[in-house]
Amino acid sequence: MSDSKESIGNVLRVAIGVSLVCSILVAGAAISLKPRQVRNEEEFRQGIIVDVAGFDRASADLATLFARIEPRLIEFETGEYVDLPRPEDFDAAEAANTPDMGVSIPADLDIASVRRRAIYGPVYLVKENDVVQQIILPVHGAGLWSTMYGYLALETDAQTVRGLRFYDHAETPGLGDQIDKPAWRAQWAGRQLFDESGTPAIEVIKGTVDESSPNARYEIDGLAGATLTGRGVRNLVHYWVGEHGYGPYLDRRRQEAQR
Amino acid sequence: MENARKVLIDPLVDNNPVTLQVLGICSALAVTTALLPSLLMCVALTSVAALSGAAISSIRNHIPNNIRIIVQMTIIASFVILTDQILRAYAFETSKQLSVFVGLIITNCIVLGRAEAFAMKNGIGMSFLDGLGNGLGYSVILILVATSRELFGAGTLLGKQILPLVSDGGWYHANGLMLLPPSAFFIIGLIIWAARSWKKAQVEKPDYQIHEVHRTEAL
Repeated sequence: MSDSKESIGNVLRVAIGVSLVCSILVAGAAISLKPRQVRNEEEFRQGIIVDVAGFDRASADLATLFARIEPRLIEFETGEYVDLPRPEDFDAAEAANTPDMGVSIPADLDIASVRRRAIYGPVYLVKENDVVQQIILPVHGAGLWSTMYGYLALETDAQTVRGLRFYDHAETPGLGDQIDKPAWRAQWAGRQLFDESGTPAIEVIKGTVDESSPNARYEIDGLAGATLTGRGVRNLVHYWVGEHGYGPYLDRRRQEAQR
Repeated sequence: MENARKVLIDPLVDNNPVTLQVLGICSALAVTTALLPSLLMCVALTSVAALSGAAISSIRNHIPNNIRIIVQMTIIASFVILTDQILRAYAFETSKQLSVFVGLIITNCIVLGRAEAFAMKNGIGMSFLDGLGNGLGYSVILILVATSRELFGAGTLLGKQILPLVSDGGWYHANGLMLLPPSAFFIIGLIIWAARSWKKAQVEKPDYQIHEVHRTEAL
């Protein structure tokens, strides 16, 4: 018995048998649970968008709230809306890595280490009675350890911030992850993105904002123990609202608002 | 029956995998910043330990000796992936916090240790109970560590504010150290100390005794 158990034939038999059963188990689970996981992922992201838009999550279910937000695509270079035949299939992260739909970002402009972006980008328009109330932009960039992914909500003047929320990052627990704390996020509301000349001026400063200083409207409190995460947040906001990011689009919205 | 009870209960205190054998420390340090992900981790590890114990035991008489470890690893890895997939489908937000640590159960010494030391030599039912018991032993420690870390580090338990923080107008100064991995080391150390003061049998014999040697004797 023990002799046949150790034979090469049995070794192969057991190895193949175990691998086969295990692979069927794993593949079966992965495939059957995939739709649910994709939906979770999608709902989580929508939940963050709804949150950053300032909707009360308890007031209605997610689908109803998200229906009030219209996803559109814009072309970064011109800042114009584009209409693709199937906009819901456009994946900005995937497109960024293709040669014809993505561009690599010049090193001197790539302050947030984004490296590549798609030529089109999504924007989310929060509407009430068909009038745009807010503009939500997806943003991402390097923090201390990780790439931080989030959404930046702006007033229709494309100048005043309404909120900033991250949905994915791996910053230091207890230090860098203070970017998720409601108290810190609340400070973004009402701050101004651009100075008079139209260049991004918003800063995460060291220490606490002195509300009496003339620059206070551009300033956010620094995070104690998370200087580099704070700098990462500042850089990614600067990149995405800057001339190589959504800048041209925001310029148009700003001119529209002034008219 | 008595035997089954012993297999299940023993790992809780008397032969605890974390405090006595000092295994599974890596994940105990990493996931215990909050109670909820720790609970999920406990469920994940316990089910992997129990199921893989039973599965390995069921084919123990066919596993050739020279490939036994890799066969055990394959079975354990499959259950871990299965658990991870289920968590991602049904407990999405907490599984996000656990990130890689569910996947790392594959390399958790407790699971492989029980497979090699127990499941290879015992029946299916007993191996299942042994995995369950060791998983629960790990869980006891994880819950103790996570409770103290979340309570003193953030003033919350399961996300509910228990100690009002100074930053929200309360009186409690959150202890930031509790949220960093070293604090779990300290807490586990204290638990081991407490366990060994209570159960003297767990105290290890010193490896060697230092004698006081006088200069004249040494010569």
